[in-house]
Amino acid sequence: MNWSALIAFLLVVGSAGLLLGFAILKRKTPPSFREIPAFIRLRQAIGRAVEDGSRLHFSLGRGDLISPQGAAGLAGLSALRRLADLTSTSDRTPIATSGEPSLTVLSQDVMQASFQEATGGSHFDASGARLTGLTPFSYASGALPTLRDEHISANILLGSFGVEAGLLADAAERQNSYLLAASDNLLGQAVLYASAQEPLIGEELYAVSEYVNHSPLHAASLKVQDILRYVLIITMLLGALLKLAGLL
Amino acid sequence: MKGIISTSVAIVTGLIVLIGYLFQIPILSDIRSLILDWAVILAAMMIFIGVLNLLSVNNTRVNNKEKGGFYSLVLIISLLVTLLIGLFLEPGHSVMNFIFYSIQLPVEKSLMALLAVTLLVASINLLRRQPNLFSVIFLGTTLLILLGTVPLPFGELPFVGDVLRPFIAQVLAASGARGILLGVALATLTTGLRVLFGADRPYGSK
Repeated sequence: MNWSALIAFLLVVGSAGLLLGFAILKRKTPPSFREIPAFIRLRQAIGRAVEDGSRLHFSLGRGDLISPQGAAGLAGLSALRRLADLTSTSDRTPIATSGEPSLTVLSQDVMQASFQEATGGSHFDASGARLTGLTPFSYASGALPTLRDEHISANILLGSFGVEAGLLADAAERQNSYLLAASDNLLGQAVLYASAQEPLIGEELYAVSEYVNHSPLHAASLKVQDILRYVLIITMLLGALLKLAGLL
Repeated sequence: MKGIISTSVAIVTGLIVLIGYLFQIPILSDIRSLILDWAVILAAMMIFIGVLNLLSVNNTRVNNKEKGGFYSLVLIISLLVTLLIGLFLEPGHSVMNFIFYSIQLPVEKSLMALLAVTLLVASINLLRRQPNLFSVIFLGTTLLILLGTVPLPFGELPFVGDVLRPFIAQVLAASGARGILLGVALATLTTGLRVLFGADRPYGSK
């Protein structure tokens, strides 16, 4: 019997059970999460972009979907879908840039679905989803003209970014446009903390969809994360105490 | 209908890969390997489609005579020339190595150098943008780590280089980083579960 596999399986099944349970039980009660000022300002920035006819730039980073960084890309795509739905009444569709081809194709699919639902099947301009480069710095430098020349009023960087995110943050600052940024990468987070207008830290990246547009399963997933965090803290404290007592 | 099929494929595939990863059941392991092989082939095809997207976007910029169109033209020519050389010569050929080590690498390194300046300016602006205690701690820590790491003309600073920097880097920063990574790991788990339940569908359908 492989104990680590069994524990992992129980963790996954337990989390899935909690997720479904919370989603069903709490589907009618509004969620009560702590307010994150960055998300309030994000909603304001989206509202302004819709009103003044400017564009939203969404960057999904370089998280390969068949690598551990794929989750950050999936979280970014989920947020892109919700933001594309929110801006569907705008004159200009959002632009999505990425440094990973699979994310480019999926972002095109997501934006097309959102656009066609809002407009009843009108022709979608596929050039809104762009691969800007395949290496970290070519991706960042390829995205810079989009930030500068496409009438962008708000930039949202959600995904797996390394230090190259600093160049994007600097360009957004120079254009005086709004910037919300989050990465799953520690170096990227440090760089964004210093350079981004609204940096998100750690798991806040995965909460954007829920804060932008509520859904029972997204709210339940945040609750499950909180529970797992408490379980982890108690386990670590117990482990430390047992180690101190010489039992481990 | 398209949405139901794609969601069902995503859920079934996800479950097979997950169970095949956790338990060594021969038939599931075989199917999991096959699915992963398909995923790798698809990822390679995605690179090809992505490069076509890159060409198409930059070609539009050149045709519409948009601002920066000249750079798009340079990109298209460079891409096609590199592609042709790569097709006719082997990837490890000296010409390919020259393109990589003498053009691509120096350009990326110069961008890295530019980033150092950008970050310095951003750090100075941080206190204006976020005037709070965390910004002061962030900048103070950065300064201490730099003072303890960089070679100084008068040698290593006593206490900073041998005590303070290792303590900050190996105890405070490492434990903070582990905390952040644990949070990211938990969020990754629930994000994966949302995809497995079909709540997140990053493939277009509602």
